[in-house]
Amino acid sequence: MTQIPLERKILSENDRVAGELRARFAAHGILCLNLVSSPGAGKTSLLERTLEAFAPSQRVAVLTGDIQTDNDAVRLARFGFPARQITTGGTCHLDARMIEKAISDWNLEDLDVLLIENVGNLVCPSSYDLGEAAKIVVLSVTEGEDKPLKYPAMFFRSELLILNKIDLLPYVPFSIVQARENAQKVHPGMEIIEISCLTGEGLPNWQGWLENRIASTLRITIAT
Amino acid sequence: MTSFLAFVDAMHEFAIASSVLDAVRTEVRLRPGMRVSKIGVRIGDLAGLDPDALSFCFEALTKETDLESVVLEIERKPRRHRCSRCANEFVVVNYETSCPDCGEESTAFLSGDELQLAFLEMEDI
Repeated sequence: MTQIPLERKILSENDRVAGELRARFAAHGILCLNLVSSPGAGKTSLLERTLEAFAPSQRVAVLTGDIQTDNDAVRLARFGFPARQITTGGTCHLDARMIEKAISDWNLEDLDVLLIENVGNLVCPSSYDLGEAAKIVVLSVTEGEDKPLKYPAMFFRSELLILNKIDLLPYVPFSIVQARENAQKVHPGMEIIEISCLTGEGLPNWQGWLENRIASTLRITIAT
Repeated sequence: MTSFLAFVDAMHEFAIASSVLDAVRTEVRLRPGMRVSKIGVRIGDLAGLDPDALSFCFEALTKETDLESVVLEIERKPRRHRCSRCANEFVVVNYETSCPDCGEESTAFLSGDELQLAFLEMEDI
């Protein structure tokens, strides 16, 4: 009997493709963000509010993952930016190959920002690197403040937590303080922004975060 | 029907088990005349994976295949941090990331998100 040490990641093939995507995004100065959340937390609504605030001259594109439908791409295409649906046909997450395929006929020279809306799921998308600069997790106040503790992988791997639907706080037993504490337990130092896609409250903070990231991505590209 | 529902609950583990098997089949092709008896994987507490569900999916995927007799050995890895003040390295229990020795709140993540193929045990056919 022989024991053969392997000592490599189970998802090394996905990571390899994601690494290639990341290098291509860096070479073209593209900021790629991977939005994750449970179903119904408001990823598509956040993207709608984000796209409508961009000037038409902004070079933005969206990929949106769904198990069955193209409803989200239809919603997002209304803003005039390229929006493409990735229908996974049952798979509960996007992987790097799906991204590679979805952008294969896009000219990356024409892009500065690529926003990816993952499949609504707080478990699987945490394991799959898509070549993004950052994962952003959206948590809505109707879900319960213990989500970071129940799904630590997702909150640990996300750089920013967006607490959505804060307009509903008067009507639901959700403690923003507790949610923030739980997120910090899982991911010390995690950035947190509170928003309501319905009323627009807090959206300038998110837009400020995004503008900073776009500017620093461009600076790094110019410098290298 | 029961097993189908269990699959739906364990979609993540299903995908990971498939990736483990892909990697194993690649290794087997590299070593003609040998067969796999055991696969060792390492799963961190922060990997977001349920070991029981992974075992279940692994069994379901290997059933009635050439890998049916292969044993899946899962090693759990806890979350570990290092204290920024006293350099103590410790296991994080119940999300308590402060240093248990000196009380310092600022501690750095060391490990615990592993999703790794550790080893294969192979024997001559």
